[in-house]
Amino acid sequence: MAKKENSKPAEKMVFNVGAVIYEPGSTIKNKTGGWRAMKPKIDQAKCIKCGICWANCPDMSVKKNEKGEFEIDYDYCKGCGICANECPVKAILMEIEKK
Amino acid sequence: MAEMVVEASMALALGAKLCRPKVVSMYPITPQTHIVERLADFISNGELDAEMIHAESEHSAMAAMIGAAATGVRTYTATCSQGFALMFELLPIMAGNRLPGVMSVANRALSAPINIWNDHSDAVSARDQGWIQIYCESTQEAIDTTIQLYKVSEDHNVLLPAMVCIDGFTLSHVCERAIVPEQGEVDEFLPAFKPFVTLDPDKPVSIGPISFPNTYMEFKKQQHDAIMGALPIIQKVHDEYAKKFGRAYGNGLIEEYRMKDAERAIIGMGTLCGTGRIAVDELRAKGEKVGMIKLRSLRPFPVKELQKIAKNLKGLSVIDRHVSMGFEGPLCTDVRSALYGSGIEVNGFIAGLGGRDITVDRLQKALLSTKTHKQGEWLL
Repeated sequence: MAKKENSKPAEKMVFNVGAVIYEPGSTIKNKTGGWRAMKPKIDQAKCIKCGICWANCPDMSVKKNEKGEFEIDYDYCKGCGICANECPVKAILMEIEKK
Repeated sequence: MAEMVVEASMALALGAKLCRPKVVSMYPITPQTHIVERLADFISNGELDAEMIHAESEHSAMAAMIGAAATGVRTYTATCSQGFALMFELLPIMAGNRLPGVMSVANRALSAPINIWNDHSDAVSARDQGWIQIYCESTQEAIDTTIQLYKVSEDHNVLLPAMVCIDGFTLSHVCERAIVPEQGEVDEFLPAFKPFVTLDPDKPVSIGPISFPNTYMEFKKQQHDAIMGALPIIQKVHDEYAKKFGRAYGNGLIEEYRMKDAERAIIGMGTLCGTGRIAVDELRAKGEKVGMIKLRSLRPFPVKELQKIAKNLKGLSVIDRHVSMGFEGPLCTDVRSALYGSGIEVNGFIAGLGGRDITVDRLQKALLSTKTHKQGEWLL
């Protein structure tokens, strides 16, 4: 989660007029993976590399690695389960997130 | 300058035109329609170089105004009543994003029952949303206030949108004598808009991001401090305008009428103050020491200025053209709060809802109510 950013003491924060953010890409700092209650896990043996999970992920948290395998980016995956639901070969399982 | 007999809606359109807005996004609604029509005329015949956005609703009109203001241009819109209510969702967004701009509101009642006539329920209901709100008594005041409010709104110590409120029909459709300033004079008074932030692909910024519980209050405090800080700026801009154009409205925030030795007074906003002057004059002729306070700026509320003007009063009757259902007139609440502990008897009256006439005798009844310690009431 964005704990690092959000736990800054108030006196050290900069409050720009109108809450304008002048530095692009600030969303990347907000790691939303901490919101997850359920965690998707890809079984690479079953996966047919169709990319349906990649196409359907609303947070762009399914990524293709150099080997052509799909992986979950747990820094941002909120555990919505759309990938598991859409997977045509049931290669993605949702597990309870353990912290 | 051009002196003419002009309908207030036309005057407002002329006033807006003189401020050279670059984007005018509007949706017509009675009794604001004439303003939209006149501006559309100005743009189509080349008198005003602006983008006219015919939005599909007031919600979209305000959304377009916010988007346009974020690109760093001067913006204008107008609405009232149900249209204003539809816009409501976006009002705090424009203010919270600290985007300047001016909106005219031809104040009209809210349904139900359906009623197209004047009262203040639309704009007064939105007084907490961070917009500056100035209420006007005359056509001339509406033109002058529009020009003044662009300057206030765009001041980098303010950076908040502003409403010029005129009474629907009672003012919007009335033709009266007014002086329309020359373009050159307005250009001298109101410099080109200098935005504090602009949406620019070459210099990307985020406007309107999320603010978590640990930062939201600081931003809201900043915004509140800005609108409170607008009080002296409204005065300063008004004084500067008065010096240049020769017309003043009290101190810009509040205007007094025959208050010097007054023991009792009424306070109200907008056109009812014209009637109020006659009510005061008639009672003065009978020997009553009465006066009137015309509040121009409802938000920010000029607490100190009101305290100063009211300090020698025994009684003050507040005329609200809106009722906060379940309590009282909101202006009455504000006035009571501002005068708390002063010992002045404050009486609240609800008047003129849905276009009901506010007559001289009704105002005189309110004026004298504190003499006999009568309670405030609905002036039906």
